[in-house]
Amino acid sequence: MAKLTINGRSVSLEVADDMPLLWAIRDYIGLTGTKFGCGTGLCGACTVHVDGAATRSCITPIASVDGSEVTTIEGLSSGGDHPVQLAWVAEDAPQCGYCQSGQIMQAAALLADNPDPSDAEIDTAMKGNLCRCGTYNQIRAAIKHAARTDMAGNDGEEVSA
Amino acid sequence: MTTRRQFLKASAAVGGGLLVGFRLGAPETAMAAEGGDGSSEAAGGFQPNAWVEMHPDGRTMLTISGSEMGQGAMTVIPMMIAEELDLPWGAFDTRFAPADEAYSNPALGAQVTGGSATVRGFYTTLREVGAATREMLMQAAANRWGVPLSELRTEPGVVLHVATGRQAEYKTLVGDAAKLEPPENVFTKDRADFRIIGKPMKRLDSPQKVNGQAQFGMDARPGNVLMASVERCPVFGGKLKSVQAGKARKAANVEDVIELDYGVAVLARDWWSADQARKKLWIEWDEGELADLDDEAIDAQFRAGVTKYARPARTEGRGADALGSEANTLSATYRVPYLAHTTMEPMNATASVTEAGVTVWVPTQAPGSVQQVAAEIAGVSPEQVTVHTTFLGGGFGRRFETDFVREAVTLSKQAGRPVKVIYSRPDDVQHDFYRPAAYNELSATLGDDGLPVAWVHRIAGPSIWSRVAPGMVKDGIDPAAVEGAADHPYQIENIAVSYANVDPGIPVGFWRSVGHSHNAYIVESFLDELARRAEIDPVEYRRRLLKDDSRHIGVLERVAQMAGWGSDLPEGQAQGVALAKSFGSYCAEVAQVSIENGKPRVHKVFCAIDCGIAVNPAGVERQIHSAIAYGLTAALSGKITIKNGRVQEQNFHNYPALSIDQMPEVEISIVDSGQPPGGVGEPPLPPLAPAVVNALAALTGKPVRSLPIDLG
Repeated sequence: MAKLTINGRSVSLEVADDMPLLWAIRDYIGLTGTKFGCGTGLCGACTVHVDGAATRSCITPIASVDGSEVTTIEGLSSGGDHPVQLAWVAEDAPQCGYCQSGQIMQAAALLADNPDPSDAEIDTAMKGNLCRCGTYNQIRAAIKHAARTDMAGNDGEEVSA
Repeated sequence: MTTRRQFLKASAAVGGGLLVGFRLGAPETAMAAEGGDGSSEAAGGFQPNAWVEMHPDGRTMLTISGSEMGQGAMTVIPMMIAEELDLPWGAFDTRFAPADEAYSNPALGAQVTGGSATVRGFYTTLREVGAATREMLMQAAANRWGVPLSELRTEPGVVLHVATGRQAEYKTLVGDAAKLEPPENVFTKDRADFRIIGKPMKRLDSPQKVNGQAQFGMDARPGNVLMASVERCPVFGGKLKSVQAGKARKAANVEDVIELDYGVAVLARDWWSADQARKKLWIEWDEGELADLDDEAIDAQFRAGVTKYARPARTEGRGADALGSEANTLSATYRVPYLAHTTMEPMNATASVTEAGVTVWVPTQAPGSVQQVAAEIAGVSPEQVTVHTTFLGGGFGRRFETDFVREAVTLSKQAGRPVKVIYSRPDDVQHDFYRPAAYNELSATLGDDGLPVAWVHRIAGPSIWSRVAPGMVKDGIDPAAVEGAADHPYQIENIAVSYANVDPGIPVGFWRSVGHSHNAYIVESFLDELARRAEIDPVEYRRRLLKDDSRHIGVLERVAQMAGWGSDLPEGQAQGVALAKSFGSYCAEVAQVSIENGKPRVHKVFCAIDCGIAVNPAGVERQIHSAIAYGLTAALSGKITIKNGRVQEQNFHNYPALSIDQMPEVEISIVDSGQPPGGVGEPPLPPLAPAVVNALAALTGKPVRSLPIDLG
């Protein structure tokens, strides 16, 4: 049994201690925005925030997050209006979309720590989040877009001199 | 492939709305269906064969007749309808089409999403649907105002009579329009009048793909559903001999264990519990005939068969007899491996079999096949099978197949409950229908001018169509095995291309750009070998071999210009070029490459594409990025290894995917030939690998004759 907070809601789960957080979220809590991609922490599709840190939920035993605050893509913002989500839409980033929940959670954690990441810092933070549709250049643009939004408090559109 | 005549039909929708669509089949059938539709709609029925449904309250529903697998069907299909209907952009809802022959792609003759055919297949049909609907709305206004149709025009969402200044919103006309016959002749707009087509439109599905709400197959969850994890015989073609399942049955949350011909399924309340319990099964396999198969044996079969079973795919002039002296002849052997698809969403399907019929929720590229397969297994008629096509977490050809549907329906039928089958990532990698491996022997003799006078290409490999639709194979030639090789555009006097269907038994299927994915690599790399031997610049070499003013030349010259071909590059970098026509589009790429720590590093890819009219240029650009990433993954690391009849790779650690730090910068130019649309999902892939290896050869002086690239 584990007690945790998911997207601001307290939940108690009567599941095995070693059940990965991913499957507790998907199959018992019923939030399906967090995706299964590899089951071994290799692709990042299952990325959520545990106490603010980007975490691979597919290799995180539920018992290890007892008492933690977990945020999934559904809880990142109330209306899909987190700067990263808005930037993703503005840059037309998703294709099939399956990896994008994880990409967005990873990017949001990156920007929370580092509001103006360099290309190299984006690479380091994001290279564990795989996308088979090849949206990487749009993801990079969206992260920079969101960084501009955060810093300038505007809509992130690039201002030409 | 049959081409069916199409008939426009319109009818009243529930609540006095208007439905317009095309019905496929004989006219009698169409009329009968039309007659029958009124009553079903009066009873509140849903008419599934309409693309456009408009209601008096202003709601408009457009049906997405292609699967949305990332390529942008959900955006580009409405663009084509809305353009001709003069519908305000975005002022509509969408739904995915049910399984129905009416939604067959005219270019493919089946309800299939693939072959880069969503735009090029539906371009005429959907514009005519839009134009016919618009004309019916205009006719309704003409009747109401007592003016000739010819005096009316439309602005988005409104019919106007300019002379009198009268206007009517579409929603006020749909009730009257529904009572009219569709026009016999439909006139579509001139390109100059387009408001939507040709404009870069943002994807309509982004909002739900950034907040977790988009529903993929993985997310289907009918009440009382059981999750299944299936242990399949690791050897292709192997069977279940026996299983001891006592421990698995007693495992936490497990509800059932079901034996299949080729494996054992564990069904539990959650998928993780099913997958954990699966490890407690004690299984004995009958591994069958392939238990000793490995890569060496496969290669030996190819080598033994390449000449022995060769059938001519193309012969020009004197063919192979024209090969000349050894001194002027270059010969090479090229090899490509089997490849898995590894869509980000692993294979899955959810089925509910009841006495009334079957419901399937599935990310599929072939809803019609899903319906057929489910009906066959459940022993019901296809009409009793409802297919809900969800968003696809990638397709790439893998989701033409129905193996996962078979399993879900079989298990639901036996369990008496809805069942969702999910492949683990190793299941997905090890039980795919792989891009065929291929073995290629090439020889070319150069004339005094350095250009080839004879070109001989012998291909050996397995055949996709022999399994999928044997009728496609004519005189021993599987068109998918030789596309891009038999029909290359280079003007050479003597050509012999042959194909030997050698099938080692590994299941093969469609993989993004199919035969072009390997043949462009082989043809374009060997061509560069010839250019190097002749000491002629590779762009110039191609130009001399292509017909003047061809669309090939158009993209080749454009990409050379973009890339600054021939100008100075940063230290340690080189450029390579390649060209391919596939799926109706012409694409040339230049890759700018260096070698870092003994491995290729692709810095930038320039891409020029002539895909005819680019309906959504933003979508075209995204597909180019996508095909480059997919092709580069295969070129750098894609290889399925067979040992003891089993696939050795399991997951992204040993079957890697490109990551963001490996993604090249991409610069794109869309060459506007004004021709009808070609495909874009696949055509940018074939030139990628040869452009990269040609750049590497420019750096090292050595050709790369097998993939994935190994610089040793």
